[in-house]
Amino acid sequence: MERALVLMGCAIGAGLALIAGIGPGIGEGYAVGKACEAIARQPEQKGSVTTTMLMGCAIAETTGLYGLIIGLLLIFVAPGLFLNRL
Amino acid sequence: MHTQIEITGAKILLELPFGLTITETQVNMWIVMALITGVCIWLTHDLKVKPTSKRQIIAEYLVNLVTNFVEGNMGKKFKSYTPFVAALFSLAMCCSLISLLGMYSPTSDLNTTIGWALIVFFIITYYKIKTNGPLGYAKSLTEPIFIMTPMNIIGEFSTPISMAFRLFGNVASGSVISALVYAALAWLNGVIFGWLPGFLGEWADLFPILQLGLPAVLSLYFDIFSSVLQAFIFCMLTMLYIASAAQTEEA
Repeated sequence: MERALVLMGCAIGAGLALIAGIGPGIGEGYAVGKACEAIARQPEQKGSVTTTMLMGCAIAETTGLYGLIIGLLLIFVAPGLFLNRL
Repeated sequence: MHTQIEITGAKILLELPFGLTITETQVNMWIVMALITGVCIWLTHDLKVKPTSKRQIIAEYLVNLVTNFVEGNMGKKFKSYTPFVAALFSLAMCCSLISLLGMYSPTSDLNTTIGWALIVFFIITYYKIKTNGPLGYAKSLTEPIFIMTPMNIIGEFSTPISMAFRLFGNVASGSVISALVYAALAWLNGVIFGWLPGFLGEWADLFPILQLGLPAVLSLYFDIFSSVLQAFIFCMLTMLYIASAAQTEEA
């Protein structure tokens, strides 16, 4: 019973942690949209706009990746850790 | 018809005394290092003043590319960082691309990326102390007011942590998702073709036809696009952080 509770908590927690993916998704979409506008306005700056956009996207992705790492830890590490304590 | 999903970290290949271990990460890293060294030696042996071979033209093109890239982002002052950035980029890229061969990618081990990020962190701190002096560096931690010191210290340490986790998270998540998709397709294959009569049903597990198309597309994104992009971003951030650390802040 306790095992089942621990596993359930870890699984639900992992699912909740990945809600963090919403933010980067919105942010990156916004950044790419703005980059498209910039390229449409100044097509000759396409190269540098794309580079900057990719940089910004990668940095915006970081918060989502923190959530992902928490999710991975909850799935692969936390059950073993907590079950050993029981 | 129960498919086992195996997602593990680096396997330990050899245990040495004093608790030291040789893991898959290290062995694959040695392979990558040998590969890069070999390519460099092959590209640069018997160079001539006037290039006659295609090999030398490629080598000169690559060196020019990296030099211009570093100078454009960091300024002429940091031209000596070209080899460092080039080495970091080629290592990060080849370490991630090695997963195309089905080997364990060293960058999906957090130890590797933390190591690289720590190198960058020490360089950044060195330049901050060198440009502002030890006292100036200590003073910059207490800005704008004294109460903000803990936040500033956390901010200092979050730089290497975020760099390491960004590279690790991208590569590791790619391999985890690939493994999950392979397992799901194998299961689906068994469900669909397992009903076939006779030997066809028994062979369904041996020849998972559904695993043919979709994983290739995922692999194209996670293994090729994502790893090259993340290697590029790691180097880009390294250059930007180092260059901004060396800027004097007299404002």
